[in-house]
Amino acid sequence: MSDMKIMVGVKRVIDYNVRVQVKSDGSGVVTDGVKMSINPFDEIALEEALRLKEAGKAAEVIAVSVGPSQAQEQLRTALAMGADRGILVTTAEQPQPLAVAKIFAALYAKEQPGLVILGKQAIDDDAGQVPQMLAGLLDVAQATNASKVELEGESARVTREIDTGIEVIEIRLPAVLSVDLRLNEPRYVKLPDIMKAKKKPIETIDAQALGVERLTFLRVIKTSTPPARQGGHKVGSVEELVQELKQRGFV
Amino acid sequence: MARVLVFGELGSKGLNSGVAKAVRCAMDLQPAALDVLCLVADESQEGIKQAARLQGVTKVLVRIHDAFAEPLAAVMGNALVEMAGDYTHILAANTTVGRDILPRVAARLGVQQISDIMRVESERVFDRPTYAGNAITTVEAPEGMVVVATVRTASYRAVPEEGDAVVEAQPFNVSPPSHTRFVERREAKGERPDLQTARKVVSGGRAVGSSENFQIIANLADRLGAAVGASRAAVDAGYAPNELQVGQTGKIIAPDLYVAIGISGAIQHLAGIKDAGTIVAINKDGEAPIFEIADLGLEGDLFKVIPELEKLLP
Repeated sequence: MSDMKIMVGVKRVIDYNVRVQVKSDGSGVVTDGVKMSINPFDEIALEEALRLKEAGKAAEVIAVSVGPSQAQEQLRTALAMGADRGILVTTAEQPQPLAVAKIFAALYAKEQPGLVILGKQAIDDDAGQVPQMLAGLLDVAQATNASKVELEGESARVTREIDTGIEVIEIRLPAVLSVDLRLNEPRYVKLPDIMKAKKKPIETIDAQALGVERLTFLRVIKTSTPPARQGGHKVGSVEELVQELKQRGFV
Repeated sequence: MARVLVFGELGSKGLNSGVAKAVRCAMDLQPAALDVLCLVADESQEGIKQAARLQGVTKVLVRIHDAFAEPLAAVMGNALVEMAGDYTHILAANTTVGRDILPRVAARLGVQQISDIMRVESERVFDRPTYAGNAITTVEAPEGMVVVATVRTASYRAVPEEGDAVVEAQPFNVSPPSHTRFVERREAKGERPDLQTARKVVSGGRAVGSSENFQIIANLADRLGAAVGASRAAVDAGYAPNELQVGQTGKIIAPDLYVAIGISGAIQHLAGIKDAGTIVAINKDGEAPIFEIADLGLEGDLFKVIPELEKLLP
């Protein structure tokens, strides 16, 4: 299957180092002037796709972003990392996971990739749904939380991180993978790659043109700040610590 | 009136501890019926009886098929889709199994899932955490559609095992897809309390320095009767196995006592311990962010503090 295409998702999110602030009117979080990046899990997904291509197991890596036109920036980064081309699916509002899954399903029908590799969750909405939803819509195999992927012809052996340890499953392609932290360490982008990436194509399509009209299903009533945890105090010695733990009945 | 189906996840140790918490969340819907669905290959699974004892449960539905021997999302998801017709809500604990299966079910039912319910405001309005718990989003599910949701187990106490629900078992007809095959599962065996349910947890971070040194954390945990946890940095570095990771993308826990040793306290880690009762931080760096939220902080080198601590513990 060396002519296989791999499709990866690249979501534009608030950078993971930013301390997110909720807007005082409850309408969301502050994004003005805030650093935006590729969702870290999506970088791992892209890295895995690139390694499969470099190993001769895939022919083309297509990076897809769904969202505002500014997501071009994240697609450019993906192209600089090594993706062959980008697809930006523009939406009038922030789409919810079911809509994103439907958009990917429409692109899947068009592109016929052997694998779709996605992050296990986006660090903004923390929903963790799109990969499983996509696999469900396509009625194909899914392997979530992948920490090792061994691709052999038409099937893949995937090691998954689960609550109780490690699970290994074998799936037949086409399939959807969601990736976990330990799968790989994404490469750094070098300057010449950024220059080269400028020549790579990004196709822009509106979600409606893919037949996805409805973008939201749940009504978001408000966004609020969770109650802050009150810090306590420092103790001066181990004796004092043990004393406090005794008073609280822990030892 | 709500009719709720809770996914009765089973594992090698019987009923998953998250089920009793998902049932507590379901009770907040004041349901007319609250059924637990156990998908099994073998009717003698111990977890079934445990599910029947959960307070508030109306019926335990046991569906039997060889393909249910392992929790493969494609297999179990299809079964849940078939059962969905009789219910207004389908809930599962936000375990790796629940999170694997439920979005697949939601997509096949054509509904948007709600991930990690932390509070029920009404039958259709729920709070859920976003941005590693730094924001709470209140969402409303549309009328006339089944609500498919996972439950943030750290937000709920388990219901007591004081009930006596009817168990209704019958064979189930599924045609398992051929695209997925279970190969193996490697689970840590040991006598230590489970990280997800333990009253006390002792966690180690990057400063522990090696997997050999991590034994120091484990020994202290044993002295305290605690479970062992780890920061992402410690797991990435190979000091501790993945199932011990606490944080936004690892386990979100709510023990009565959490002892963070050599953990600086990145927001992603704090997301996993916000609901802990008492947080104790031991760290060499007096400026580490963990001290901002710790109830008790001790500045010091863990390799000196822990031996001293063990000497003074009763």
